[in-house]
Amino acid sequence: MITAGCDIGSLTAKAVILKDKKIIAREIIRATARPEQSALAVMELACATAGIDMKNIERLVGTGYGRKHIPFVNSVESEILCHARGAFHQAPGTRTIIDIGGQDAKAIKINNKGEVIRYVYNDRCASGTGRFLEIIADSLDIALEDMGALSQKSTEILTISNQCVVFAETEIISLINEGKEIPDIISALHKAVANRAASLVRGIGPEPDAVMTGGVAKNSGMFAALAEALGIDLKPVADPQINGALGAALIAEDTLSGKK
Amino acid sequence: MITAGIDVGSLTSKAVIMKDGKILSSIIVKSKPRPWESADIVINSTLEKTGLSMTDIICCVGTGYGRDKIPFIKQAVSEIACHAKGARWLMPSARTVLDIGGQDCKAMRLDEKGEMVKFITNDKCASGTGRFLEVMAKVMGVELSDLGELSIRSKNPVTLASACTVWAQADVIQHLNERTPIEDIAAGINNAMASRMSTLVSSIGIEREVCMTGGVAKNSGVVTALEKALGIHIKRIRKDDPQLAGAIGAALYAEAVSNGERI
Repeated sequence: MITAGCDIGSLTAKAVILKDKKIIAREIIRATARPEQSALAVMELACATAGIDMKNIERLVGTGYGRKHIPFVNSVESEILCHARGAFHQAPGTRTIIDIGGQDAKAIKINNKGEVIRYVYNDRCASGTGRFLEIIADSLDIALEDMGALSQKSTEILTISNQCVVFAETEIISLINEGKEIPDIISALHKAVANRAASLVRGIGPEPDAVMTGGVAKNSGMFAALAEALGIDLKPVADPQINGALGAALIAEDTLSGKK
Repeated sequence: MITAGIDVGSLTSKAVIMKDGKILSSIIVKSKPRPWESADIVINSTLEKTGLSMTDIICCVGTGYGRDKIPFIKQAVSEIACHAKGARWLMPSARTVLDIGGQDCKAMRLDEKGEMVKFITNDKCASGTGRFLEVMAKVMGVELSDLGELSIRSKNPVTLASACTVWAQADVIQHLNERTPIEDIAAGINNAMASRMSTLVSSIGIEREVCMTGGVAKNSGVVTALEKALGIHIKRIRKDDPQLAGAIGAALYAEAVSNGERI
């Protein structure tokens, strides 16, 4: 049985193709301004990797910010459900999922059957989302994917006191003008984003095991900072960024095999 | 009695010289990176306009973001206190004052004597502060002071998806790319600003008369949008520049300080 999941985020588009619940393709591309275009591009890429034709996919589920604009899906599911399904599959001991995306942050609590019990969501404020990191990376002129490694070179503890991205950007410019080192600034930035995300997570009463999903989880500095801010053991999942697409593909599989 | 009030804000610095409750001279300049430089500039230029010298000033009070860094003042007084006092001088009937600063906003409710009943401030989030408008004007490539004029000509204001400055900025860029008329974007920006301000002021309870102080009070688009959001008339300040409220309050407090009152 071949199913697929397509997760169109604000920053990246992800696709996962499953054959009998095993991943045969996983692709991530940068999202374009048009969700339908991103969806088609990432699906074509995934099909090529899997060596199949789009027609071979028996069921395709869409999710993410741009899910309503994917033209060829069989159904769409909320990001909450897809991330819960994906995380429960990747790490069955998971009870709390923290997903930090490009434009939002979510915390989801699931039970031992993988069912969603509670969730909170922030897409109203850029603080505590991937955009915070993106904006600062841009103003420091460094690549987003280098931030984790850079923060590990930090030797001085700095604090960014502003939670608001706009005010924090000004604060960071002052730190640069004071001659502070980039690794120290990035480390402080990770703490600021983590603190903001942690206050969201505390709203649902996190329970172990907790996992972090979404592209931001690939940033080792952010991962460590979030674990510290939460004060709980945060477990890595093998593939954090495609977790939503994986969940969508699994939901497609569930539907075909008659499971709710 | 001649007194002076200095208000060093994040974006602009203001000074007022008063004699027996009347303004002799005033000034508003863009703030320098160091608060004491701003304070020197505003006090010297207001003195110059009047032909007075520093020794003629009986007492000088400082307020605003940089108030603790002004060397020549006798005392620093909180922004809330100064803004409330200044607003009442500008409009004696004011019971609710909404002050929008460069990077904060304050809402104050006063009793009939002008005493503070309740206040709330936001300096944590750029939304609803002058910074929000500043960021948007920059993205649009227009002057901050033109946003009001532009928005009034709008026929079809856009709705911005979020009050967050970061998201709203992305929204504005998208509208610009889609060639949405600039007036309609400006009106959308002012509406977003007003909606955020209305949430803040509503939380302390509104009593008439309502007035607005700070630089944003001069943006007619925002004031009109706020009236709509609150469903209440906002009385326009005509006596002097509403941006001077903090400095006026400080100069009035200076009079009280020199009379030996404890502030």
